Amino acid sequence: MLKVSTAPHMYSPTNTMSIMRDVIISLVPAGLVAIALFGLNALITIVTAVAGCVVMEYIACKYILKVKPSTKDLSAIVTGLLLAYNLPCNMPVWMTLIGCFVAIIIAKVAFGGIGKNLFNPALIGRVFLFISFPIQMTTWVKPKLFDFMNADVSTSATTLGILKHADAGTSATSLTSNIPNYLEMFLGYTGGSMGEVSAVALLLGLVYLLYRRVISWHIPFYYVATFFVLTAGFAYYTGDASLDPLTHLLSGGLFLGAFFMATDYTTSPMSKKGKIIFAIGCGVLTFVIRRYSAYPEGVSFAILIMNAFVPLIDKLAKPRIFGTGRK
Amino acid sequence: MSKIKTFTTGGIHPDKFKLSSDVAIEDAGIPEVVTIPVRQHIGAPAKILVKKGDKVKVGTLIADADGIVSADVHSSVSGEVIKVEENETGGGYLEKMITIRVEGDEWEESIDKTPDIVSEITASAEEIVQIIRGAGIVGMGGAGFPTPIKVTVPEGKKVDCLILNGIECEPYLTADDRLMQECAEQIVIGAKVINKALGIQNAIIAVDENKPEAIKALQQVTRRYVGVNVQVCATKYPQGAEKQLIAAVTGREVPPGCLPIDVHCVVQNVGTAFAIYEAVQKHKPLFERIVTVSGDDVKKAGNFRVRIGTPSSYLIEKAGKKSEIGKIIFGGPMMGIAGVNLDAPITKISSGILILKDESAYKPEVNPCIRCATCVDVCPQGLEPYLIHSLIRNGEYQEAKKIHVLDCIECGCCAYSCPARIPLLDYCKLAKYEIRKNK
Amino acid sequence: MTEIILFNIAILSVIAVIAAIVLYFTAKKFRVEPNVLAEEIAEILPQANCGACGSAGCQDFANRCATSTAEEFRSLYCPVGGRNVMTKIAQKLGYAAEDHEPTVAVLRCNGSCENAPDKVEYVGLKNCRLASRVFVGKTGCPNGCLRLGDCVRNCPFGAIEMNPKTGLPEVNPDKCTSCGACVRICPRGLYEIRPVGPKGVRVYVACNNKQKGATARKNCKAACIGCMKCTKVCADVKVENNLSYIPTSVSAEQYGAELASACPTGAIVYTGEKNEQN
Repeated sequence: MLKVSTAPHMYSPTNTMSIMRDVIISLVPAGLVAIALFGLNALITIVTAVAGCVVMEYIACKYILKVKPSTKDLSAIVTGLLLAYNLPCNMPVWMTLIGCFVAIIIAKVAFGGIGKNLFNPALIGRVFLFISFPIQMTTWVKPKLFDFMNADVSTSATTLGILKHADAGTSATSLTSNIPNYLEMFLGYTGGSMGEVSAVALLLGLVYLLYRRVISWHIPFYYVATFFVLTAGFAYYTGDASLDPLTHLLSGGLFLGAFFMATDYTTSPMSKKGKIIFAIGCGVLTFVIRRYSAYPEGVSFAILIMNAFVPLIDKLAKPRIFGTGRK
Repeated sequence: MSKIKTFTTGGIHPDKFKLSSDVAIEDAGIPEVVTIPVRQHIGAPAKILVKKGDKVKVGTLIADADGIVSADVHSSVSGEVIKVEENETGGGYLEKMITIRVEGDEWEESIDKTPDIVSEITASAEEIVQIIRGAGIVGMGGAGFPTPIKVTVPEGKKVDCLILNGIECEPYLTADDRLMQECAEQIVIGAKVINKALGIQNAIIAVDENKPEAIKALQQVTRRYVGVNVQVCATKYPQGAEKQLIAAVTGREVPPGCLPIDVHCVVQNVGTAFAIYEAVQKHKPLFERIVTVSGDDVKKAGNFRVRIGTPSSYLIEKAGKKSEIGKIIFGGPMMGIAGVNLDAPITKISSGILILKDESAYKPEVNPCIRCATCVDVCPQGLEPYLIHSLIRNGEYQEAKKIHVLDCIECGCCAYSCPARIPLLDYCKLAKYEIRKNK
Repeated sequence: MTEIILFNIAILSVIAVIAAIVLYFTAKKFRVEPNVLAEEIAEILPQANCGACGSAGCQDFANRCATSTAEEFRSLYCPVGGRNVMTKIAQKLGYAAEDHEPTVAVLRCNGSCENAPDKVEYVGLKNCRLASRVFVGKTGCPNGCLRLGDCVRNCPFGAIEMNPKTGLPEVNPDKCTSCGACVRICPRGLYEIRPVGPKGVRVYVACNNKQKGATARKNCKAACIGCMKCTKVCADVKVENNLSYIPTSVSAEQYGAELASACPTGAIVYTGEKNEQN
């Protein structure tokens, strides 16, 4: 029997699943670094988060939304990975599962499932845990290369934490001696959330995403650039040693946030113009929170706040209609 | 060589599947019976001049244009008219058609059947328009708009650029490609003829990069003809769309609701230019054209010179099919129309017939939108298909109109590239249909 | 301490006074005269906002009623509320209520899966309006039902349902308010608003095919072939373009059964006792 349908009659090879698969691949380097540095605990947390998210997504789709479970499109795995990367490695398993619950059920399914959530689920999960369990969420294990069982767990503060709590009079030299050097930060030999420590692994992931055209360069570039310009500018004018722009760039969750969280399709604007506005907003907010608030780190809050503006940005920043507005 | 040009907003790079670009144009021969629709163009159906039992020759006028927006129809074979009644088109709807049983192959005496190339243009501008009208020429790229209207400059308008469209950006199709390779000189002379009718001196033949042979052939010829130049364009879909082509070649953008003439351009398909050459220089009305037969179910993809009115099944038989046909598409895979009638006649605007296997005939499963913005990025008109989709699902047609859904050129880039496989184009078409209905 | 309290009270009082003045003037300036009559009429209306009356929603209809003369009022009718509602509105206005016969939407096609088997498979978006622009329909009938359910999805009262057995949409006469949404949405114009008829008995031609008999029959066993047999039963039945049409003036009780049995293809549907088809 002949088939009839409307045009077009062919499709691009890219589909939702292939996109999510590419995101997962791009997150692999950061995960490997985390396991190498934090050992078995990191592996347990990552596996728990991913498994938790997938199971909850399946259950929620089946019994709450009553639609065909969308676990096949791998989006729950991405959420789980990102959530895990935002946690310290020694999170108790039950807390990680609470994070999964908040991320999937409250931040995603309650809004109507994939594509309808207003806020980035992984970030909501992280912020919820951060507010509920501040001690566990800010106890950072000192990285130790290839010590898989993590026999002697010693804790350390994050670089940003040291900078934040430095006294006003602390000299630049004594600050530098307390924090890791640039190479250590670039490679990831520093305290922090599992996925955020290694800048080089995240950059690898970014290159892969750009190469596969999963994301456009606008959000990562404008986010990081805005933040860098602001920190550098303030550091120059105030002479504040705790504002060393390169340290701020390489430490904390800036790269993880700018490359993988702010670029989340569902919670970022649609047009190129909108993406630039969104990224600049994220950059400014991250700087303001890091510089002026009580928190050492501001990426999660900055992205979540800008998420709330996305519908407005979408309404205002429209693409240019062909044949208008240009001579 | 000048710079490779392209348009800036949106566009996609689908797989080309140009299976038949190296296959020479083959004469399809004459079937036993042809069925010629009297409406193969945009506008009013032509008035039928023949009745059952009439004898016709190749090139005999059998239906006369009914008004300005209409076109003459000529017999493509010699023989006897056996039926003048409604017949099924490719979509299964009924249209008035003239069925002729073939007897021999006797042409009207006035037609110059020699293969010689006539390069001297003796007809005046007015005569050229008259000849084009009398030859029943319509836009052969797929739109089927009567050409006489497009080669006359309306009062108060200015034309400074003729663009010949040799882009053929639809996957699979190679009819124009082959025509440019084999009949480059005729096309260039056709361009000069149109130039004369428009009263301008220059013409640009735009060809995309993936047709090196055609570019070479054209460049060899254009050396000898002053004013005709070849412009190489980057391979990108939908560069063959009129507005996008003008933007690519001249950098001018046709504003919403305007025509190419408003930015001083006239665009003609290379096939049309060839038909104009034949009509003006060889006195041959439009009764045959080049058709690509291709698809993943075809045994040997090819390009055929086909008499108008030949049943599609005759061509499919020539090319051979591998298995039972899953889908037949009249036109390319991006904008072509799936048909229900394998015997549908070839018309002046049939650029290709694609036959697809059963597996590739189905539409993929639709998933929820993930707001990836691919549709916004690829839309060559700068629209927001995702927004149109959600508005139409809620019946908000007027809102959709406000975000310019009427500017949609129905190229299908959004639906092609949507990773969730949402039929975005269908919703845009639905919006246009509803808005126009309620006007 | 006392100063702080007093200071606060003073500040708040000043704000209160300013706010009061602003409110007073805005209320005066932007005052909307409520049309009491229209409000009351709107309360009687069903508030379905379906637009079947030709107005933009119930409030608009109420406004039109309230400002209408007796002459104008006669042309106003709310098909959803029916006679009951119109009588009540007429009482409010002091006009005589026009007597409207209750009506229902009927589908003028009987091209079920059995009568008109599928010739091709449609794999695109389930939408009649789109499909009708691409091709003639699965059945091959250029005037028949496309069986993709635009009417089902667009009925504001959920009165139309797809019958999986026949593949055709069916109107539930109890739920149908004859609002006309289906009439407007169907790209083939298959729906007609007809009187429910005494005791729900009605007779109509369930076919819209204007092709010649042989062509029509090729696609559908239940097509009207324009054989004129129905015109012999009742002279009021009209056959035009090979298609029969039974005007609503033809009494279903008197001619229905006879018309239905006279039709050789079964294109005439009679909802009375003899024929169980609905």
